[in-house]
Amino acid sequence: MRAFDTVTSPLRYLPRDHVDTDMVIRIERLVLVPRKDLGAYAFEMLRRLPDGTPDPACTLDRPGSEGAEILLAGRNFGCGSSREAAVWALAGYGIRAVVAQSFGDIFRQNCLKNGILPVAIGKAAHDALMARAEQEPAMQLTIDLPAQAVVTPGGQRIPFEIPAGEKDALLKGEDDLARTMARAEEIRAHFEAAEAARPWMRIDPGPLAEFTSDEERS
Amino acid sequence: MTPPRTLVEKIWAQHVIGAPQEGRDLLHVDRHLLHDLAGVISLEEMEARDLHVLRPDLTPAILDHTVSTLPGRGPVTTRISERYVPTMERLCAQEGIPLFRLMGRGQGIAHVVGPEQGLILPGLLVVCGDSHTTTHGALGALAWGIGSTEVTHVLATQTLYQAPQKQHLYRLTGHLRPGVGAKDVILWLIGRYGTAAGAGAAVEFAGPVISDMGIEDRMVLCNMTLEMGAKVAIIAPDQKTLDYLEGRPFTPTGAQWEAAKADWATLYSDPDAAFDLVREVDCSQIAPQVTWGTTPELVGAIDAPIPDPEAEADPARQRLMRAALDYMGLMPGQVPGDLPVDWVFIGSCAGGRIEDLRNAAAVVRGRHVAEGLTAWVVPGSTEVRLQAEAEGLDRVFTEAGFEWRQSGCSLCSAANGETVPPGARCVSTSNRNFVGRQGPGARTHIASPVIAAASALAGHIAAPLEAGA
Repeated sequence: MRAFDTVTSPLRYLPRDHVDTDMVIRIERLVLVPRKDLGAYAFEMLRRLPDGTPDPACTLDRPGSEGAEILLAGRNFGCGSSREAAVWALAGYGIRAVVAQSFGDIFRQNCLKNGILPVAIGKAAHDALMARAEQEPAMQLTIDLPAQAVVTPGGQRIPFEIPAGEKDALLKGEDDLARTMARAEEIRAHFEAAEAARPWMRIDPGPLAEFTSDEERS
Repeated sequence: MTPPRTLVEKIWAQHVIGAPQEGRDLLHVDRHLLHDLAGVISLEEMEARDLHVLRPDLTPAILDHTVSTLPGRGPVTTRISERYVPTMERLCAQEGIPLFRLMGRGQGIAHVVGPEQGLILPGLLVVCGDSHTTTHGALGALAWGIGSTEVTHVLATQTLYQAPQKQHLYRLTGHLRPGVGAKDVILWLIGRYGTAAGAGAAVEFAGPVISDMGIEDRMVLCNMTLEMGAKVAIIAPDQKTLDYLEGRPFTPTGAQWEAAKADWATLYSDPDAAFDLVREVDCSQIAPQVTWGTTPELVGAIDAPIPDPEAEADPARQRLMRAALDYMGLMPGQVPGDLPVDWVFIGSCAGGRIEDLRNAAAVVRGRHVAEGLTAWVVPGSTEVRLQAEAEGLDRVFTEAGFEWRQSGCSLCSAANGETVPPGARCVSTSNRNFVGRQGPGARTHIASPVIAAASALAGHIAAPLEAGA
């Protein structure tokens, strides 16, 4: 996972609330397009007209946004489906941080697992930022993770919260798996105790054969 | 003395491994439902990284997202199932994961199969690479959906990191009106409080409406609580839960059943437990609901005019409503009953269980689908299909002009390539009306199975009583 420290870049501006992960990446892309190629299809329903040509009404690719690594979106961004391909598509589209008023919870988790920083800021600051971005297509922002602040071109600092463990993992670019696997013995002992205390928790292998065989009842 | 705790806190405490770390706990996972789409993505990743599944015995695998629902289907009926089904079969065999076969009675949507086969029990921690895993809270399990990196983490370690969630309590009081079910209740709640109201919290439902509600309806309620923005939905197990579970294939028996029941008797929120939010909702006021927008919060009573964005104070909400009306091809002031319907989909983990099909069949019996309308019934599982066929429900639907299909996610997620055509208006018992959810340009109205059935007969959005008129 790529480490995140500080990013300064122009914006992909998306003035819309409740953008769901279906809108970030369509299902028929995620089932058949390799993960590394998903970026081309990010937000395709917003960025392209039904005939595949760019939609001039879409603000995501407006002049000034070239090379943007920050997405500025509305409220409840990334709600809906748990598809991590939404985050892979954003990454492929160049995005490293998403600034919004709030996030869908699974999407937010998926961002953190991929080194993308979800930044939730309060309504007043968010409204002001959106209004300014509307007017200034070439506006740049700085996301300073160590200082936990979004910094505007005028030097205004908008603080944001992030739990210490999540911040630390992003700063180091560490994923969880190696750390958890190092606790294998502790996990095994925990399971042993839990299954001894509540043996009904196991799945009885007895009936499995009927379900894993190819015979249909009818 | 132990301080009072919520139901979620009690189950949580039994699953924490070691000490809390940086505000998040390492939790052990009792059931990891692995479906074909999430399964192939993560199992291929593990194969590439030479990782192996730690507890295949706790990882029941199911084929639902990518399979065709065409009658007579096989594993390679479509380009998508050809990519996923054989790969899932190979990787599950390689890792010793029990895969419920495509042609077996255990096939179906993970959130239908898990409960109906007794794989999901109260007090278990359940995860699945699918957001609607909240469904299993209906049985008193602590359950939520996860992304691919977390699926891989669970496969490799049978554990997951999670920060403790905020706790919300919704007490549902009053009595549901005739023709109003769980789908109407949850749509009304989402409309009233919004799709962000859950804010990643664990939402517990309680109160007389819940006590009166059957288990399958509780599943619909918990399923769509995700659409309210919650991470978890949960209902304390009661006698109905025990009655539902007893005798299912994987439900514990004998001494284990007695031990389980004793453990489950402690699974309730203590009377003085502290919640971050408590809402009391009188459900007597709820009318049958139909969504008109492209997020479930844009919803209203079936006979209520669609609201005018001009009357909205918040500009962001105005924009949202305008975009939704534009996509849906609607005007403010129209009522759902004015809207001609091209497609009807009865199915999904939010509307394809046996009770849903019985309710829909009762509306359909002896009548016929409107001219030019395409209507599908996709049973939520093969077990549901076989049960419905044993009851003759398949004939009720086919004689009325419905297509009776095989089980899968189908038109709920359109991951298998089955889609509603561009511009077509579809009344659907699924859980999402997002832009393009049922196919590019498809216009989805979410409603209960009885409204979907009545709409198929009437050719426009309709409540059951109108259908015969």
